[in-house]
Amino acid sequence: MATYSTNEFRSGLKVMLDADPYSIIENEFVKPGKGQAFNRVKMRNLKNGRVVDKTFKSGESIEAADVMETEMQYLYNDGEFWHFMDPDSFEQHAATATAVEDSKLWLKEQDNCTVTLWNDNPLSVSPPNFVELKITQTDPGLRGDTASGGSKPATLETGAVVKVPLFIEEGEVLKVDTRTGEYVSRVKD
Amino acid sequence: MNTWQPDAELKILRQRAQTNKAIRSWFEERGLLEIETPVLGDAGITDPQIQSFKLGSWYLQTSPEYFMKRLLAEGSGDIYQLGKVFRAAESGWRHHHEFTLLEWYRLGFDELSLAQEVVELIQYLAIDQTVKPVISTYAGLFAALDLDLFSASNSDYQDLLAQAEIEVIGDLSDKAWRELVFAELVQKKFPDDQITVVHDYPAEDASLAQLNRDDPRVAARFEVFWGSLELANGFHELTDVNEQRSRFIEDNKQRRAAGLPEIELDENFLTALAAGLPDCAGVALGVDRLLMKLFELDDIREVISFRS
Repeated sequence: MATYSTNEFRSGLKVMLDADPYSIIENEFVKPGKGQAFNRVKMRNLKNGRVVDKTFKSGESIEAADVMETEMQYLYNDGEFWHFMDPDSFEQHAATATAVEDSKLWLKEQDNCTVTLWNDNPLSVSPPNFVELKITQTDPGLRGDTASGGSKPATLETGAVVKVPLFIEEGEVLKVDTRTGEYVSRVKD
Repeated sequence: MNTWQPDAELKILRQRAQTNKAIRSWFEERGLLEIETPVLGDAGITDPQIQSFKLGSWYLQTSPEYFMKRLLAEGSGDIYQLGKVFRAAESGWRHHHEFTLLEWYRLGFDELSLAQEVVELIQYLAIDQTVKPVISTYAGLFAALDLDLFSASNSDYQDLLAQAEIEVIGDLSDKAWRELVFAELVQKKFPDDQITVVHDYPAEDASLAQLNRDDPRVAARFEVFWGSLELANGFHELTDVNEQRSRFIEDNKQRRAAGLPEIELDENFLTALAAGLPDCAGVALGVDRLLMKLFELDDIREVISFRS
């Protein structure tokens, strides 16, 4: 297994610490009193998303984490796992509920997502920045009211709930920004 | 990303030129002689915490100190130098392996009178900023953390760091634990608009400083910080050649233990000390860092034309 020394630390580097994979966010070199040098490192645990601060004695080495990000197509959810396919190799990967925790409300079959694999298992899934989803339930619209600033909740086919303008009707398809969870526009057929 | 353009803005480089001019006229007014010493020297440095770049049988100098002391031993009187130095394996937002050092020596000064002069220079250059100077001993700063510098143990340091939720990876020496406490719990807390002079460093940090005559547990060494950024390091210079030689030999012992190459002693420098270095104090100030503070920039690369 490859290792990285502190002088190779840079943001985005994936490393192992206490048996968990981490991504380095920030690395600061400090050398108090011309003595022992240290690296103050901010790193994100890729399993739970938590950000931690660690102080490394400069020159220490840690193991590289076998983490890679791959574009994959979302196939379906079987009730327990969310299944993705690598469009090049047709290889399928099953993601746990933890891995899709933050993205499952935006996963639409056939959409391409970014899947982070650790030792070939999905660690997390990022949905596309914009998804198009159909409204399954919302209160009846006020036809023609495209001017007033009011909004109402609408439930989408994935279960996500977004705020929409009053004129939007059940059955319509919306474009939603998955980073903010906000309605962007209607999608005309 | 590959780009031909400079790292620093031209505006900053113009200000940098102005600052160099101001530094030179400040020293000229005070009667110091500007000198230049080799960047590429025959001898390296034994300090186990400083690594040199080696070129053939030469070393890129990590500091002009030994050359400048040879000039002092020859009778140059007060001298200063503004030049490039090189330190391998040091890079980050406040380190660059090639940087500009302002180093000067004052005959008859001790470490505190020289520290005072450093503060005056900073205040002279920082015309638009208010900076108030505060002076403390190293032990005094530790006492503020309820630590007795001379009796604290590793576990005292480790407890305090653990309380501050600072987790350390790697085996540290006793000295490194103490240095980490200084970095994390002392230096990091210095207020932004304050210039802090820290003096009376522990004797094991003496480097090229004399020990304090009244209390040999501490060295006649000081550092100057602007906010939490260390700008300068100075000594009431050690003039005793035997003591200097034994410190160099001890350095090489530590190098051996750490698996680092041993460095041949600079015999020209030691012979100059034997010939007689006048009583003096000297200081080295990191010019790039000073510029970061003067121009209120967060990254050393913003004051360097091109980084390598």
